[in-house]
Amino acid sequence: MELAVELRREPNSPLLSKMATSDGHGENSSYFDGWKAYDCDPFHPTSNPEGVIQLGLAENQLCLDPIQEWIKNNPKASICTEVGVSEFKNIANFQDYHGLRVFREAVAKFMRKVRGGRSDFHPDRIVMSGGATGAAEVIAFCLADPGEAFLVPTPYYPAFDRDLRWRTGIQVLPIQCKSSNHFKITRTALESAYEKAQKANVRVKAVMVANPSNPLGTILDRETLRMLVNFTNGKRIHLICDEIFAGTVFKDPQFVSVSEIVDEDPNCDRSLIHITYSLSKDLGLPGFRVGVVYSYNDTVVRCARRMSSFGLVSSQTQYLLASMLSDDEFTTKLIEEVRRRLSKRHELFTSRLAKVGIQCLESNAGLFCWMDLRRLLKEFTVEGELELWRVIINDVKLNVSPGSSFHCHEPGWFRVCFANMDDETMDVALGRIESFVLRTKEAAVQAKKKKWKQDGLRLSLPRRFEDMATMTSSLMSPHSPLVPATTSALVV
Amino acid sequence: MRENLLSKKAACNSHGQDSSYFLGWQEYEKNPYDPITNPKGIIQMGLAENQLSFDLIESWLEAHPNPAGFKRDGASIFRELALFQDYRGFPPFKKALANYMGYLRGNKVRFESNNLVLTAGATSANETLMFCLAGPGEAFLLPTPYYPGFDRDLKWRTGVEIVPIQCSSSNDFKITKAALEEAYQRAKKCNLGVKGVLITNPSNPLGTTTTREELDTLLDFVVAKGIHLISDEIYSGTNFGSPGFISVAEAMIGRDHNVSHRVHIVYSLSKDLGLPGFRVGAIYSKNNSVVDAATKMSSFGLISSHTQYLLSELLSDEQFTRKYTEENRKRLKERHGQLVEGLRNAGVGCLRSNAGLYCWVDMRHLLESKTFEGEMKLWNKMVYEVGLNISPGSSCHCNEPGWFRVCFANMSADTLNVAIRRLKTFIDSGRRSRPPAPAYLVRKKDSHPSGKPTVVSRNGRLEICASG
Repeated sequence: MELAVELRREPNSPLLSKMATSDGHGENSSYFDGWKAYDCDPFHPTSNPEGVIQLGLAENQLCLDPIQEWIKNNPKASICTEVGVSEFKNIANFQDYHGLRVFREAVAKFMRKVRGGRSDFHPDRIVMSGGATGAAEVIAFCLADPGEAFLVPTPYYPAFDRDLRWRTGIQVLPIQCKSSNHFKITRTALESAYEKAQKANVRVKAVMVANPSNPLGTILDRETLRMLVNFTNGKRIHLICDEIFAGTVFKDPQFVSVSEIVDEDPNCDRSLIHITYSLSKDLGLPGFRVGVVYSYNDTVVRCARRMSSFGLVSSQTQYLLASMLSDDEFTTKLIEEVRRRLSKRHELFTSRLAKVGIQCLESNAGLFCWMDLRRLLKEFTVEGELELWRVIINDVKLNVSPGSSFHCHEPGWFRVCFANMDDETMDVALGRIESFVLRTKEAAVQAKKKKWKQDGLRLSLPRRFEDMATMTSSLMSPHSPLVPATTSALVV
Repeated sequence: MRENLLSKKAACNSHGQDSSYFLGWQEYEKNPYDPITNPKGIIQMGLAENQLSFDLIESWLEAHPNPAGFKRDGASIFRELALFQDYRGFPPFKKALANYMGYLRGNKVRFESNNLVLTAGATSANETLMFCLAGPGEAFLLPTPYYPGFDRDLKWRTGVEIVPIQCSSSNDFKITKAALEEAYQRAKKCNLGVKGVLITNPSNPLGTTTTREELDTLLDFVVAKGIHLISDEIYSGTNFGSPGFISVAEAMIGRDHNVSHRVHIVYSLSKDLGLPGFRVGAIYSKNNSVVDAATKMSSFGLISSHTQYLLSELLSDEQFTRKYTEENRKRLKERHGQLVEGLRNAGVGCLRSNAGLYCWVDMRHLLESKTFEGEMKLWNKMVYEVGLNISPGSSCHCNEPGWFRVCFANMSADTLNVAIRRLKTFIDSGRRSRPPAPAYLVRKKDSHPSGKPTVVSRNGRLEICASG
């Protein structure tokens, strides 16, 4: 990621647009500060073992070897090989914004397979975009005018602020979700967000959800999806489901795509339903820039297709992936293997964290955990969260992402990624977390002892669990065996 | 779908695809020429593609197995590429591209990687520059005739307006100071804030390179007005004849700092290397604020790392790029000559040109009436009777009816001959059956650009509607 560049106004320089000089690009968010810290001091097992470990990047690096193997064994899929070069001219010349038919058919097939064959996707509704980044922006351009709004449940992927708002001029308004019910989207929360917008005279055009969720790693259950379809249909607004992590659902419950709800309910107005997708997470190929806008609305398909001129997928890449994703045997094995490796990584990660008393939100998808560090906060505020985060980056040398950068309304939650590193690095990262937590616990105990001595009190027996439980419930994870941090204790 | 449930952008037609430029393509798609399977089909001469030199790239690939194996120095870098999504671009590719751009300008100027922003094609580069430099209520001045796709690329999602700089055949469509000033004043009268001028050099659709004099005029103008200059140099490698190509980068040499931060160059590999499918575009600017903003915006249309890698290998081979560029120019020159000669034999002239993948053909003498309606009627005949999809000048915003852009580099020499023969037959038969043209034709009121008739596609045919 680019380091923040100071915008210098050259003398007599013609003015740039407001858009160019605003910070709508979103890179001044804390989400990116951690990346910058990593960029300056990146961990390397041998050359920089004390460096910052990148746990803030939701990449899937676990399944590149089978893909690489497939490419090696299928030289015809490349237009550069001896056996493939005969197609070079046709492919290099192909810039039709419909995309290669074989590519769309292969993507439709893959999308169906990832959803266990439970929904059908028509190749003619598949529109290319410059990654999911491009897909989100295109759908915003198609559905809303400047000043109009999308409602998005919190916490949400930080870059939605840029993707949906920057060049489109639309607003993103939060649907507040709470930890008390595992951040589920409730009808009440939806209604409340909608009414708030109404009161402010802002026209809501759509609800956009990520399913599976980033950063939560959870999936929407069928009931919630039906409720969302019902709500949006009722208000005559759109529903957009970003299903970019659909292939990362590594254990039950089974993933339910909005496409299943569309297929099962003949009464739903499908012209209001759209899906965005990408191969960046499921296949771990973010460099290839393969985004998809899938809409059940013909006008939107046409408009999005025209807009795709601004971010088509390279025909060379379309051709390679068309071949790979058409290989049924390979994709079946790959999807299974991705799930298996993610499940293993997730299990290892969460169990080691639990051993030192750190709980994560119960999750079954995604490339990350939503970690509960509320009881480590000095104060239960965003400032308290950012202070803890600075300690984690600067002292523990881990780049994790603070919940506030995801617009989470409760301080103390952090997203930590686990699929973007090898086993050894993960081991080092977990070791650092474990040491940090133990040091914090020890420091808390010492501070307490010091305080009691100073107060002339003799050491009493450790507080009973019930005593601990009477403290503000939000400060404590109910299963934590550790003493809650007091204001003076957090010295690392 | 009730239109107000979507955005205004989705409902309007600023995507420009109802233009005759695109409708002609659609007609071609329905009935495409093939020498064997469809010899009476429409020949596509409306597509400025360079299909003349693929064999050179194919031979290179056959001799260089690294790209296929994602190898560098014997080791696989597949993993690195699969994960590479840094909007600053793949460094070896940027370096190779910057060097190639310098080479195309005779190495008179040096391009720095740090000032290069990669985008998904020139389409994305141009739109991105608009987002960076202007907004709704503002305008860029463009000399006419210009590439029809600009209406979409520059205006559609940005809300920026295009105000034409009227150029005339009387001086071979050159850009004059008077025309620039006139356009600027016209924009002001419409309450549009002018943010810059955009030229295409070499020009599409004219096929001419911008003269040194014009470049100096343009630079003086933008400095005086305190605005930007964008030079779309996408055809810079297609200069096959004299005079040579002079880039705005060269024209800036010797000028002070006041100039360099307001000039931005757009480039792409779609025309020079004939690789439009790969979506490789670039913005080059010495203005760090523009580079910074454009880099961030490029997130919406990055170049596939898969492709960046292939091209970094190809373009780093300087011996190959030299050989390719020279041979490509030679073939373009030959093909250009073939078309010009064929047209001449049919009694049709064209603007003298030294670059591009097309000729700007003068068919004014073939119009029934010297109006845009007359031009559309002739175009209709070209598509349906002669079977040639050529692009009418009105789709390029030319303010004089009767000019057509005819492409020559997207077909074989044989197909070009077929096209030329068809045209000659059509013209000869027209001469025999028509009374001789009067010495002059009365100009109708609606020959003014604003009175151009519109073309719609109805029931599978193109029809001309009353000017709107």
